[in-house]
Order: sequence, then structure tokens, then C-alpha cells
Amino acid sequence: MSVFIGMPGDFPANSAKAVQNSQLRFNLRKATHTIRGKRATVVGELPDWAELRAAGKAIKDHTLRHLDRYLVQLEEAVQRAGGQVHWARDAAEANRIVTDLVRQTGETEVVKVKSMATQEIGLNEHLAEHGITAYETDLAELIVQLGDDFPSHILVPAIHRNRSEIREIFLAKMGDAPADLTDEPAALAEAARLHLRERFLRSKVAISGANFMIAETGTCVVLESEGNGRMCLTLPETLISVVGIEKLLPTWRDLEVFLQLLPRSSTGERMNPYTSTWTGSTEGQTFHLVLLDNGRTNVLADEVGRQALRCIRCSACLNVCPVYERAGGHAYGSVYPGPIGAILTPQLRGLGSDLDASLPYASTLCGACFEVCPVAIDIPEVLVDLRAKVAHPRAERAGMRVAGWVLAKEVRLAKAQRLASRFRKLVPKRLPGPLSAWTDTRDLPDIPKESFREWWARNERA
Amino acid sequence: MSARKEILDKVRKAVEGAPEVEIPRDYRTTIPHDDLVAHFAERVDDYRAIVHVLPSAEVPALVAKVTEGRRMIVPEGVTLAVAQVVPEDELLTADGVLTGCAVAIAETGTIVLDAGPDQGRRALTLVPDYHLCVVRADQIVSGVPEAVARLDPSRPLTWISGPSATSDIELNRVEGVHGPRTLEVIVST
Ligand code: SF4
Repeated sequence: MSVFIGMPGDFPANSAKAVQNSQLRFNLRKATHTIRGKRATVVGELPDWAELRAAGKAIKDHTLRHLDRYLVQLEEAVQRAGGQVHWARDAAEANRIVTDLVRQTGETEVVKVKSMATQEIGLNEHLAEHGITAYETDLAELIVQLGDDFPSHILVPAIHRNRSEIREIFLAKMGDAPADLTDEPAALAEAARLHLRERFLRSKVAISGANFMIAETGTCVVLESEGNGRMCLTLPETLISVVGIEKLLPTWRDLEVFLQLLPRSSTGERMNPYTSTWTGSTEGQTFHLVLLDNGRTNVLADEVGRQALRCIRCSACLNVCPVYERAGGHAYGSVYPGPIGAILTPQLRGLGSDLDASLPYASTLCGACFEVCPVAIDIPEVLVDLRAKVAHPRAERAGMRVAGWVLAKEVRLAKAQRLASRFRKLVPKRLPGPLSAWTDTRDLPDIPKESFREWWARNERA
Repeated sequence: MSARKEILDKVRKAVEGAPEVEIPRDYRTTIPHDDLVAHFAERVDDYRAIVHVLPSAEVPALVAKVTEGRRMIVPEGVTLAVAQVVPEDELLTADGVLTGCAVAIAETGTIVLDAGPDQGRRALTLVPDYHLCVVRADQIVSGVPEAVARLDPSRPLTWISGPSATSDIELNRVEGVHGPRTLEVIVST
């Protein structure tokens, strides 16, 4: 994986910066705690959650065990339904394939649905180098793109921006934003609606990812909320979907499990507003499926680490992680932040750089991520395994300190808040919710110092 | 070597000797419910969609009432009448669309469209700002597994749970970004 996305430096340096950014910390805390609560409620509604989770885990493991067979089956099914299938070994190859496909249409503009795979390969940047402009259409992605910025959360990529920042970005960069735009969320969403509507209707080419692909039927599945996904999947003449090879499910029936696990774990809803499924060429559209490896087969070869490929990108593990909450998504230096990023990124990219070598240490091993994961990925287990593989003394030294340091900083801040209210001045006045929560340390989640120390002690002995 | 062959070879090598995995399906595949219609209506309402439940004989009158003054697209398979019908090629300026559905799910308050004759192509329920959907009581199943079993994957499916929404700005929920801002559901019993 050659594309470097995110901040330079390593996790300790990045998180140090982030911890000092009070806006980021406030937004992140509000977001993670809100979604966490919603998730717990809707998960609690299902008496068979544990059984669904066990099935989800096993379906994914079974698929990975026979990934070669299912990929071939998928390819045949997509082709039978009039779609074309392309295979990409790495980011460069995928970018080349997509760029060529867009060029063949003669278009120089494409609309995009939020897709982590295309972020991972740096597709927008590659298209730009070849004279093709890619327009992100998810509201948060639009905010990130217009702000010349990086996503910081899987589900709410612009969570590090508050409403007045978003208003400023729209006024400065949107071109057609109304001059009297307020910072009301409804007004900002309306501005985005108008801004993108004409683009949807005009665009001939769309690029998407997919949450799932069904080997048996050749069906692709996209879950979303805003309808921008439906716009992109439905209106353009050509649809190009770039999908990691691990997104496969064997049978149509398997969706009955994942359409229960994903929305509830992700946005904390019983169901997300829109789910689209399509099989091959639909309603006269030209359809291309680009199957992406880009390091996934390396992850698959690792007996402990391969479970990371079960991930359905729900972001539940981010929302419960005490380190993510303080460090923010950018510190992880990749499109995959939080606990899943800490195990997936170093496996996809290798442990070569300081950043990637430090990621396995971006955790206290408290285990909360494992508990909420809808496909039961034992993230602490993989972290420990990766730590053993890091052969980079400097990153190791820096990394050892980082999780503990981030948490200790939080405690220092909390104390400062209790003693004096000076920190309150840093909190933007327009943010809703009782500011008093900030001075109430009981609101702070338990800081799992013990598990970090225990781990440390264990490894010292080993 | 082709990328296809190289990737497949790498996969085969990576999983060589890995154990087989049994898939336990101990979760509920049917969720018995005393009153599916009421349950569905309550769950749709939770998404801030408008929902009515009434006997089939009274549906035409309600459809006429709620579509009054609206220029509506009506796919050819729909048997209900509205006052002002506009042709499909006026999609961009139509006020709304009236459709049936393929399946509805009580547990999650979801309607599923499969582009059947009473629903039309996918853009029809996407571009206009108002979507009125008439659901027959016998189309409502209790949970997701029953819906998946009833649906045909070769058709393009759109699962709709409430109006279009975003929570991207400080997690404030805003209804209606790109899809219809208003979803109105009539359950015909
Ligand atoms: S690792 Fe699990 S909890 Fe985290 S994003 Fe992936 S599926 Fe969700």
C-alpha cells in the first residue's frame, strides 16, 4: 500500500496534537457517547443478538476460508447479469483500471458515494492527476473534501468539525452557497442538497463501494442514510464499484444476519434509511466491479490477524475506545481509525513505517472493542500479536507510552477543569448540551489503567 | 500473470490448511407477533414518517385527500387514482410519487421496493420530494429474515426506513437530504 493518507509522524505525535484540540475532543466525546447509547438500546431489543453475532462471525470465517471459490462464483454471477469484473492486485492497479474506465466514457467528472476502499487507494487524487474530478456526495465527505481535510471517523467523517466551521467551508468553497447561509444543520443540509442535485442529474459516471457482495447471486449491497447513494447508484449511465475482496458473503440468505448486525451496530438504528441492492447491469446501466486485494491476501495469510477481515466497518469499536475518544481519528494516519485501524492498517501496509509500527500500541487492551464488535473480532488478541511482531525499537518505545500518556493527559485535564473553569472558555458557546458535563468527572469513562499495566507487566516478564 | 490468477493463488496459499467453519444459525428466523400491522405502524412512526392504518375500502379516499394539490407520478401498476397525474418524464418537477411495495418489515419499520409494476424504476421514488406508499397488510412480515426470503435478488431492491436523513453535522438529525423529505405510508387492512 503506497498511498499515505492522514498526518505524517507516528501515533504518539499525532495523538499528542489531537489531545490538545479541545474542539475535536468535545465533538468526539459527544459523538461517540451518543452513538454508543443508541447502539446499546437497539442491540438490547434483540434477544438473539448473541446468536446473530455468532452467525455473522462464522459466515465471515467460512467465506474467508473459501474465498477463492466464492470470488470465482461472484465473478460468474456478475458477468451472467451483464456486469464486468476487474481484478486489482494493489492500489496502483485499481486506480489505473478505474481511470481507464472513466476515460472510456469520455467524461471528466464523476460522482462518488462514501467508500473506504476508494479512500484507501487514494482514488480521488489519482483521478485528479488524470484530469478527472471526483465529487464526494455524502454530506460529511463533502465537508471533508471542500475543507481540504481528512475523514476522522468511519461513520461520521466530519465529526471533528462544528456547525460554524462547516458554514464557513460551504461559504468559501461551495460556489453556489446562499450568502445568508446560517449555521443551522437543516440550512447546511439544504445547501448541500441544492449544490449536489444538479450534479447528480448531470453526471454520467458514478463510483461506489459496497458493504456486501453476494457470491451466489452476484448482488452488491450499499447501506446509507441520505439518498446520495441511491442518486449515484441509480441515475448515472455507468456505475463503477470498487470493493475489497473480503466483502463477500456466500448466499443471499446471509443478508438476513448482516442487515440486522450492521445498522444496529453502526448508527444505532433498527435500520438505516436506505439500503440498495443491485445485480449486474441494472435498468440499462453499464456496471463494472473492481475487486481489490491491496494487502488483503497478506492479512488472510496471518492466522491471528486474518480475523480483521471479518470487519463490516460499523465503527462500534471506535465509539467505545477510550484512546480513540481522546486521540481522534486523524492520529491513526489512515482511512481506518480506532481499534480496527490499529490492527488493520499495519497488516495491510506492513509494519515498516514508524506510524504503522506504533499503531498496535494505540490501545490499552481494555477489551471494549471486542465486546461490541458485531462479528466478534478479538482486537486485543491481534494487537498483542502485532506488538510481538514489531521490530522497531524507537516506535516501540514511543508506542509503549502512548496509550497511557493519552489517558493520563485526560486525567490532568479533568483535574484542571474541576479546579478552575478556565477550560470552559475553550468550549464553543454554540455547542448544545449542558456544558456542566465537562466539569463533572463522573461523566468521564473509566480509565482502564489496570489492563494497560497488566499487559505491560506481562510483557516485561515475557 | 494476470491479477485474477495472482490474487486467487495468494488466497489459496493463505487459507491452506485453515480449519472448516460451521455456521450456527440459532437466531430467530421468524418473530411471532400478535399484531403485525400495529407493530409496523409504530416502527414507521418512530422514523418520523407519516403513517395511517385503515380498511382497504377507505384507502382511495385518503389517497385522494393527501395527494390533493400535488402533481404526482403514478407507476402504471398502481390502481389508485390521484387528481393530478404527471408523466414519468416530468420526474424533476413532480411534487411526489405514489407506489405500492414488495414487502414490509414490522420489526424495523421498513418498506422494500423491487421495481415491480406498481413501483416503477428506482429514480421515481428518489427524485420527488414526497413519497406516498400503500402497503397491503398481507405484505407485512415480522422480521428481516422473512423479508430476505420473500425477495428476489435479481431485481433491484430499495429498502426504505423513514425519510432520507443525515446526522453529519454535530450529530443533529436532519430529515431529507437527497431522497424524499416526506415519507407517508398507508397500511391497507
Ligand atoms: S472491528 Fe468490529 S466493531 Fe470495529 S468497525 Fe469492524 S465490525 Fe465494527
